[in-house]
Amino acid sequence: MSQRIDLDHGRFRQIIRGKIKQNLRKYISQGEMIAKKGKDAVSIPLPSVDIPHFKHGDKQQGGVGQGDGQPGDPLGQGQEKPGQGEAGDRPGEHLLDIEVSLQELAEIMGEELELPRIQPKGTAKIVSFKDRYTGIRTTGPESLRHFRRTFKQALRRQISMGTYNPANPIIVPIRDDKRYRSWKSEPEPQSNAVIIYMMDVSGSMGDEQKEIVRIESFWIDTWLRSQYHGIESRYIIHDAMAKEVDRDTFFKTRESGGTMISSAYKLCAKMIEDEYPPELWNIYPFHFSDGDNWSVDDTVTCVELLKTKILPHVNLFAYGQVESPYGSGQFIKDLGEHFDEDDRVVTSEIKGKEAIMDSIKDFLGKGK
Amino acid sequence: MAGLKRFPAYLRDMQEEVEGFARGFGLEFFPIVYEVLDYKTMNEVAAYGGFPTRYPHWRFGMDYEQLAKSHEWGLSKIYEMVINTNPSYAYLLEGNSLVDQKTVMAHVCGHVDFFKHNYFFSKTNRKMIDAMANHASRVRRHMARYGQDAVEDFIDVCLSLENLIDPMSQYIVRNREDEKEDPDATEEVPKLRSTRGYMDSYINPPEFLEAQRKKREEEKKKQKKRFPEQPQRDILAFLLEHAPLDHWQRDCLEIVRNEAYYFVPQAMTKIMNEGWASYWHSKILTEKALSAAEIIDYADAMSGVLATSPGRLNPYKLGVELYRSIEERWNKGQFGKEWSECESMDQKRDWDRRLGLGRRKLFEVRKLYNDVTFIDEFFTLEFCIEQKFYSFGFSERSGNWEIMSREFKKVKDQLLRMLTNRGQPAIYVEDGNFENRSELLLRHAHEGIDLDMGQARDTLRNLYRVWTRPVSLLTKLENKGKILRCEGDNITEKSAEYA
Repeated sequence: MSQRIDLDHGRFRQIIRGKIKQNLRKYISQGEMIAKKGKDAVSIPLPSVDIPHFKHGDKQQGGVGQGDGQPGDPLGQGQEKPGQGEAGDRPGEHLLDIEVSLQELAEIMGEELELPRIQPKGTAKIVSFKDRYTGIRTTGPESLRHFRRTFKQALRRQISMGTYNPANPIIVPIRDDKRYRSWKSEPEPQSNAVIIYMMDVSGSMGDEQKEIVRIESFWIDTWLRSQYHGIESRYIIHDAMAKEVDRDTFFKTRESGGTMISSAYKLCAKMIEDEYPPELWNIYPFHFSDGDNWSVDDTVTCVELLKTKILPHVNLFAYGQVESPYGSGQFIKDLGEHFDEDDRVVTSEIKGKEAIMDSIKDFLGKGK
Repeated sequence: MAGLKRFPAYLRDMQEEVEGFARGFGLEFFPIVYEVLDYKTMNEVAAYGGFPTRYPHWRFGMDYEQLAKSHEWGLSKIYEMVINTNPSYAYLLEGNSLVDQKTVMAHVCGHVDFFKHNYFFSKTNRKMIDAMANHASRVRRHMARYGQDAVEDFIDVCLSLENLIDPMSQYIVRNREDEKEDPDATEEVPKLRSTRGYMDSYINPPEFLEAQRKKREEEKKKQKKRFPEQPQRDILAFLLEHAPLDHWQRDCLEIVRNEAYYFVPQAMTKIMNEGWASYWHSKILTEKALSAAEIIDYADAMSGVLATSPGRLNPYKLGVELYRSIEERWNKGQFGKEWSECESMDQKRDWDRRLGLGRRKLFEVRKLYNDVTFIDEFFTLEFCIEQKFYSFGFSERSGNWEIMSREFKKVKDQLLRMLTNRGQPAIYVEDGNFENRSELLLRHAHEGIDLDMGQARDTLRNLYRVWTRPVSLLTKLENKGKILRCEGDNITEKSAEYA
């Protein structure tokens, strides 16, 4: 039965949704505001959800406590005001930490950025089966015995046989009384997707540039995860050489040295060829760089690789160029020259944190 | 209600037993109706402040989410809830141990006795369940007619102002009708003092008297022109009377004000009420109701309830200890002129007149006092030292909250300040026709603590929505007079004279 509070609670969640939507740009451009909570939820500090009152400021107010300690002893660390117990009960801080599931966050972002739902490529060919316990049958392993149904059956039998004694209600099930849970295997169509993140970690990519990549990939990840059932992420870093790394390393590594973008594209192409047959997978390579490539020749190689090895297999190839004081920013122009007509290629220039949101829209706005 | 369980017979027997003990001790309460709730329903009822039906509002949903979260994480558990109505409704948590349920029942007896007899509860509506349900249906009707968003938005505004009431107005008469002056009465004009009669016509010549009389009349006229004539504490009442509101808006504001007043006595007697209930459950259980096998479980639960932690005032602990101290003092005759004039600590320590007045005094205290007067009168130097009280504050130097002082006077002052006006700033309507432009001027009676400016600004914006003309607030910030003026979303700040 639904509770009365569900209405008010639903209303509260609705308001939160609105607030998050309103402030989405801020959250996106300040990645640190969102703290990850467990596997599929985040905690977001929301301003002014709570109702404001005229009240005393905290710092001059102080309080009274009970226990040991000398004047000057700290009560606890940091800025946090110690709890007031119930006597000094006051409404909480103006900032409210709200837990939101990633699914919900993705929905909110989708609505705000007006992102179209993704049309999975081809028909979903990967089918997995999932067992669901839906019925009852008379045979089965003891571990699946349905106690209540068995009991009922035995009770019914004993009553009808006249062996049931209300004064001494002992029920003994026999073989025929036993009931077991039974399952059905249901096919679950799955569209699988893989995101291949590539990042330039050469000397010209500073911490700020990486931060932008980190934030942007968080949101892209969140969105794509909401669109596909199973999704894999792979990470490639490159300077003059490319290698696959785990997520942590991906965001932390800093190398020096030159940049050969083709090395990453080669690795990416190999990955697709070896592990992700394109008829089964929706493939999303994302490449972030400051646009400074080693040589014109290498750029030619890149274009060649894209044309022959990568683009035919992927849903979308996204290239994000982060502005950096060292990079020439040439690469995006080169890509533009060659793939202007190709709607599988999306390029976006990310000028700073404020531009992340628009860039996400560039990438995901096509619904591919 | 979902999750409502039938009240089982063994609990009914327990209730009868516990209430018998309570009556035996002299407690006297409204009939108590228990309901056993599962934890979800318990959280729901708690979010509604103990009432089964409240008007629809998201804030209850927010409170519910926080309660549910902290329950899930094992941070808190609501043992008991009781509301001040006749009959009183109390809630038991399903699945609590029998010792817990017994303790809760004894505790509830204490609360209901307090509700029934404490003076500050004497003005409350004991049929508040019906009133709340009535409020709910009024709000629902407005929502159906004017739209949920509009009504809910306006209730947000009202709730933001809900503490701007005059909590003491229920107990005292602010404006006496019969003091209306006789218009014909000629008023005596104040004269300068002259000791010798013959000098009077020189010290107070007729011209001077005439001038004085005129001046007084002017002043009076001015006061008549002032609106309100006296600064008004109950800002919500002022708004209800004078703000340009639609009838549904007025209705919502009235509902919020009405409910705010209902909850005033709870906030005013938190320490006393919890202390009283704890005193009695402890008495009833340890002296009567517990079996030997239950005593450890009971003690374990109690150590949690009465625990203190740094920077936290536990009202249960403070209350129960203070009652015990009063009982002991009046049993031993440690009061009165002789006691307070005695300066020998030795003598004081062994002071025992064997008067046995403790219990009688306790019942008197629970009838007549509220938290402020309770602390003011019975929080003594000896008690403060024995119970290891200290005051704490924020140290700018270390960036920490730290213990400030163990000095009796400072601790007590701090405690009283926290309790006065329920720890909230006192704000008055100073002028309803500020600068002769029907603007509203409020005044914060500054008592050494600045307002939280962020919240003050947001609250002013809400006030503006009710008053619909610019609203100003006179306050003090870091010892300088400040006036905040809100016109629409726009808030300006400038320095002003704060006298």
